[in-house]
Amino acid sequence: MASALINVPAKAKRGDIIEIKTLMSHIMETGYRHTASGEVVPRNIITGFTCRFNGNEIFRADLFPAFAANPFITFFTTATESGKFEFEWIGDQGFSETASASIMVE
Amino acid sequence: MRFAGAIAAVLLIANTAFAAEIPQAERRSGYDFMKPDTKAMQDEDTANPGMLWVLDGEALWKRKAGTANKACADCHDDARTSMKGVAARYPALDKATGRPIDLEQRINSCRTNHQQATPLPFESRELLALTAFVARQSQGARIETGADPQLAPFIAKGRELYMQRQGQLNLGCANCHDDNWDKRLAGSAITQGHPTGYPLYRLEWQSLGSLQRRLRACITGIRAQAYDYGAPELVELELYLMSRARGMPMDAPAVRP
Repeated sequence: MASALINVPAKAKRGDIIEIKTLMSHIMETGYRHTASGEVVPRNIITGFTCRFNGNEIFRADLFPAFAANPFITFFTTATESGKFEFEWIGDQGFSETASASIMVE
Repeated sequence: MRFAGAIAAVLLIANTAFAAEIPQAERRSGYDFMKPDTKAMQDEDTANPGMLWVLDGEALWKRKAGTANKACADCHDDARTSMKGVAARYPALDKATGRPIDLEQRINSCRTNHQQATPLPFESRELLALTAFVARQSQGARIETGADPQLAPFIAKGRELYMQRQGQLNLGCANCHDDNWDKRLAGSAITQGHPTGYPLYRLEWQSLGSLQRRLRACITGIRAQAYDYGAPELVELELYLMSRARGMPMDAPAVRP
């Protein structure tokens, strides 16, 4: 099923400050909730997010149980050269998703 | 004297029975009551979590299912053209049963009759995804629900339920959504209850949900016994609410607090 929605400008001028927006599908189960019969619902969250540009890490975030479901992470960076953003989310129960987006810098 | 008292009582009853309906010009979608940051979340496709379900629905639309081994797309082709404006006409009359059915029920009836597949459970990710994908094709379309004259008796029943006081709090829908929509309840806007954006992503739910889920939550809120998913009463209520919102633009998948 669908996972990520990414918004990266397709084109930018060198030196422009650009906004990167990412939305990842995930339930973000806190691990603090109980079922009606009293059993703990096991924690199932995204624990880490990384963004690399042309292979170099430019942004990283650690996530915790207080994050809402379907985490929306945005950040700013400076457009320096054309290339590819690679996004990676990792989490509990072996969760691992990737996405990528390209940008043309003139 | 007794006669005057009787007149006063009749007037009082008439007054509650015809509690001020919202004039056309004053109708407002739930979107209008939201803060700018929630509006921004809905407006941008890559920020709107409802779009995750729409993408899922698009994949399901093309996936073959059931013993007939048919996909939605095999009959309906490209949803962008075939489903345009469809959600704006639901709930609609089901010719087979002579009763109104909502979009979720229509999708499931298609699954059972044409795909020969098992119906999807209410509020399942798959059913919400398909509904969201179909509803999305009506974004911006004006609501036309209730145009079929055969629906009139069902709209009337839905309206009756809308006006009916019930539950331990002895409240009807109209007591809040017609009479007090300009006020707040526990800090939240009450709103007019126009279902323009369903299925929608509620921040409180942390998920997409159907109009029936919303109605059941409201009914539980007035401490009445909620109808089961798919109950005729809920569909009639949906039908009344959609016909009451006739002419307003659809904004599914919406985001609401």
